[in-house]
Amino acid sequence: MFHSKILVTLKRSILDPQGKAVEHGVHSLGYVSVKNVRIGKYVEMDVDVPTKGEAERITREVSQKLLANPVMEDFAFTVEEVGS
Amino acid sequence: MKLKFAVVVFPGSNCDHDAHYVTETILDQQSRLIWHKESSLGDVDVVILPGGFSYGDYLRCGALARFSPIMKDVVQFAENGGVVLGICNGFQILVEAGLLPGVLLRNSSLKFACKYVRLRVENAETRFTSRCKKGDVLEIPIAHGDGNYFTDPETLKRLEENGQIVFRYCERDGRITESANPNGSLSNIAGVINERGNVLGMMPHPERASDPVLGHTDGRKIFDSIIESFILARTTFSSGHQSQLVRKEGVGV
Repeated sequence: MFHSKILVTLKRSILDPQGKAVEHGVHSLGYVSVKNVRIGKYVEMDVDVPTKGEAERITREVSQKLLANPVMEDFAFTVEEVGS
Repeated sequence: MKLKFAVVVFPGSNCDHDAHYVTETILDQQSRLIWHKESSLGDVDVVILPGGFSYGDYLRCGALARFSPIMKDVVQFAENGGVVLGICNGFQILVEAGLLPGVLLRNSSLKFACKYVRLRVENAETRFTSRCKKGDVLEIPIAHGDGNYFTDPETLKRLEENGQIVFRYCERDGRITESANPNGSLSNIAGVINERGNVLGMMPHPERASDPVLGHTDGRKIFDSIIESFILARTTFSSGHQSQLVRKEGVGV
């Protein structure tokens, strides 16, 4: 059994008004040193296959086909074996 | 001759009944609702993907709806040249399905925009705008939180060169300005068509501007254009001139 953790992030070229709004909130708290807040998504899932390679392949494909929209998002993931 | 419209209903669609009402009752065509789980569209002339919040906009707007069972047939229908109109969430589903280029991002204001806007018709040669003239200003309502159209510079250039930008947000006098843009869309883009000209996606709701009782009827021109395009396709011309219009009685255009 494997556990995948995927981060889906906006490409650098995409404007992120949500991130900007949160940045203003952070500044309102007094942390004016904080810049370039950008918001992404975190997805985790279990992959019930025998090998890590298979789990990585499935994680990559699921990320490419569904979790991330390649026009505006990038993704990165880790896969770990979990005790059964 | 009545066209057969099919309005796909996803879980969370909420503009399906308006689209059905306009096509069946106002335009007097055949129209039916198709549940997203059906595997086949059946015999249909025009597919409408309506507005709403399919799958609650989970993950991304339209991201999950594009994998609904019916979408296999919708994509096949579009690839075979079938006419598909995506309205609002329908537009989002079309871009997620890859039937139209680009993406619809969160409105740059972060606010849900619900109001009448003015659209300039940039291309009146399409089968969705033949009843309009280039430069016409249509007043149609929007209601969306994620209507901010975006694509890369190369695709934008291609869309412009091919005339694939069909509607742009504009002022009442037709000028394209930032203040007329309700959501930050690139180049004020409100609606695009595919290269082949059979699939159109638009964020505004023409089905909410087709009934005279509601006070706005500019949206009806889009439906009338679609109907007209079928008459043109089924009629032979002696001169072969595309711009000649032949009206058939009893179709309601």
